[in-house]
Amino acid sequence: MKYVDEYRGNDAAHALARAIARATTRSWCIMEVCGGQTHAIARFGLEELLPPEVTLLHGPGCPVCVTPAETLDDAIALAARPEVVLCTYGDMLRVPGSIGDLRTAKATGGDVRVVYSAMDALALARGLPDRQVVFLAVGFETTAPGHALAVYQARREGLSNFSLLVAHVLVPPAIAAILQDEERRVDGFLAAGHVCTIMGTAEYEPIARRYRVPIVVTGFEPVDILQGVYRCVRQLEGGRAEVENAYARVVRDGGNVRARAMVQEVFAVTERRWRGIGAIAASGLGLAPAYREFDASVRFGLPQAPRASVEIDGGCLSGLVLVGKIKPTACPAFGTRCTPDRPLGATMVSTEGACAAYYRYRRSS
Amino acid sequence: MRGVLPISAVVVSLEVHCPAPLPSDVVQLAHGGGGRAMWRLLQEIVLPAVGAGSGAHAHDAATFAVPPGARLAFTTDASVVRPLFFPGGDIGRLAVFGAVNDLAAAGARPLALSLSLILEEGLALETLRRVLASVEAAARTSGVRVVTGDTKVVDRGKGDGLYVSMAGIGVVAPGADVGPWRIRPGDALIVTGDVGRHGIAVLSVREGIAFESPVESDCAPVTGLLDALLGAGIEIHCLRDPTRGGLSAVMNELAIASEVSIVVDEAAIPVDAPVAAACELLGLDPLAMACEGRLLVVVPDADADRALAALRSLPEGARAARIGRVEGAPARVTAVTALGTRHVLDFASGEQLPRIC
Repeated sequence: MKYVDEYRGNDAAHALARAIARATTRSWCIMEVCGGQTHAIARFGLEELLPPEVTLLHGPGCPVCVTPAETLDDAIALAARPEVVLCTYGDMLRVPGSIGDLRTAKATGGDVRVVYSAMDALALARGLPDRQVVFLAVGFETTAPGHALAVYQARREGLSNFSLLVAHVLVPPAIAAILQDEERRVDGFLAAGHVCTIMGTAEYEPIARRYRVPIVVTGFEPVDILQGVYRCVRQLEGGRAEVENAYARVVRDGGNVRARAMVQEVFAVTERRWRGIGAIAASGLGLAPAYREFDASVRFGLPQAPRASVEIDGGCLSGLVLVGKIKPTACPAFGTRCTPDRPLGATMVSTEGACAAYYRYRRSS
Repeated sequence: MRGVLPISAVVVSLEVHCPAPLPSDVVQLAHGGGGRAMWRLLQEIVLPAVGAGSGAHAHDAATFAVPPGARLAFTTDASVVRPLFFPGGDIGRLAVFGAVNDLAAAGARPLALSLSLILEEGLALETLRRVLASVEAAARTSGVRVVTGDTKVVDRGKGDGLYVSMAGIGVVAPGADVGPWRIRPGDALIVTGDVGRHGIAVLSVREGIAFESPVESDCAPVTGLLDALLGAGIEIHCLRDPTRGGLSAVMNELAIASEVSIVVDEAAIPVDAPVAAACELLGLDPLAMACEGRLLVVVPDADADRALAALRSLPEGARAARIGRVEGAPARVTAVTALGTRHVLDFASGEQLPRIC
């Protein structure tokens, strides 16, 4: 398969692994930010190829994982209304709120539908003029343009039965939050290639300078990830802290200008709560004032004031996993009280969460 | 098999006073009511289509002769696939091959099938005719006939057009002892063809995903593959039909049932390029996608090459590949990646794609 097979090649991967080993003289902790990278690292056993001095820590970059329980509670409450069709990505069905999940809401009569894009939900709204179609919009900067476009289109068409329940999060504020912790273990970052495809690399420059960390924009295939690790180790060993693009076949420094313009048109930066981490200022997107009428929480009068945290941790340490302080297997609940079928915390709920990836691929090693 | 009998459960009233329902081109509740409408549905559509007519008697059960000393295999399989027709198959073929392939996995050749239909009020009779024609053709391909059955009609909105439940009885090949209890450390694992096609074929029509080269379901009987192995004198330890949950589910089930570990070489497992591409696109694992015309074959290492040759002598086994081996306890499945690294190969977590079979 073109653009896949060549980045999963045995020779290229092992050549990079040898180069990383040669370049490494001391211990380094490198965090991959994106859950897609975490999944690939576990799936392809990439840590087996690294020298013992290089530790990969798994970051908060799974938007499904970090969606707070109260957002799920809102979605479940909306799904229970007879006029509402609640549309979402398949991953979200199993994410626990404080009182159940969307899978249960569907089983007990809620009209919950899995879609592959916000445009699918928009098409549904066109075809169901008597129903209210609500799209649960989760994701990082990667999915934001598509979601923005759906709202923009809905307004152009005058569709009054389409709205978004927004739980969008942004990557750079999360990286900054991790770096502000004085007990942090992270020496360098692999930034998420898909996010940078949209946003470009500029917003990482001040972070790299301020916190003196290398940030390497990295892809998702095994060879991409090893390339990112190699470049990060080279910077660390050389005492450099730069933003470097190791995913240039996809990422342009300026990002996707039109996609960013669409996001800026429809969304505005806002504070967000992250499951397992807590509230981070200016770390999310909400609908801009001009598009408030498409905000499901406004349309259906959901509680607007910040609510108390409804973490359902039961001894789960996902908050520490999310910021790279421990590996998933160091949590006492991992694989015993906490499994993908009965997740306790953020990182076990989605297949791209670090704990779920470890459970699926690495639990016996 | 001689003395094929028709669909049973037909109650024929000899004193019908009510007028028959008007002819119609859709299934009505009366078609399941036990009266004349149902009798006509069976006589005019069901029985002629599944070919179980000539000289037989309407009765509550079918009877048939069994070879002396034969061991029988017995299975049942409900099909609720949506859509009813998909690239490479339909619910009728799927139901027949589902039962036939389950029998083959026990080392058995099919002897007789039982067809239970649950029809939704409003289903086009033309759709029913097409499905029944498909059942008949698939049964003929498999060398078996439908000998009994049942037809029910449910209210509109209470079914998805048509559900098919198929039970099958088969005769275990003489001397064959096929099951997880035979699996031993050192055994070789073979898959008889490329995996994941059925799951992707159904998903592609359901989700409206188009491919440059359309993916067709692998829906087919595997009895010929069983015959090839038996004919070559292979000591078959175990066979599995990797339907829902795909190859990874059946390997995990076998590892648990036999208390062995299974090590598979991911790069050796045949996956067609469009299936691999679709899985990449949708975040799915081809090893967790359903097959409907494949077998996972477990044989002693010494028989593996001959088994491969026997399978590859048939068109449906041309892409048979040796994919792994059995090792000792504990029960688990490990995949060796193309990079030489290893990972646990688990059951697919979370929801199966809904209603693929």
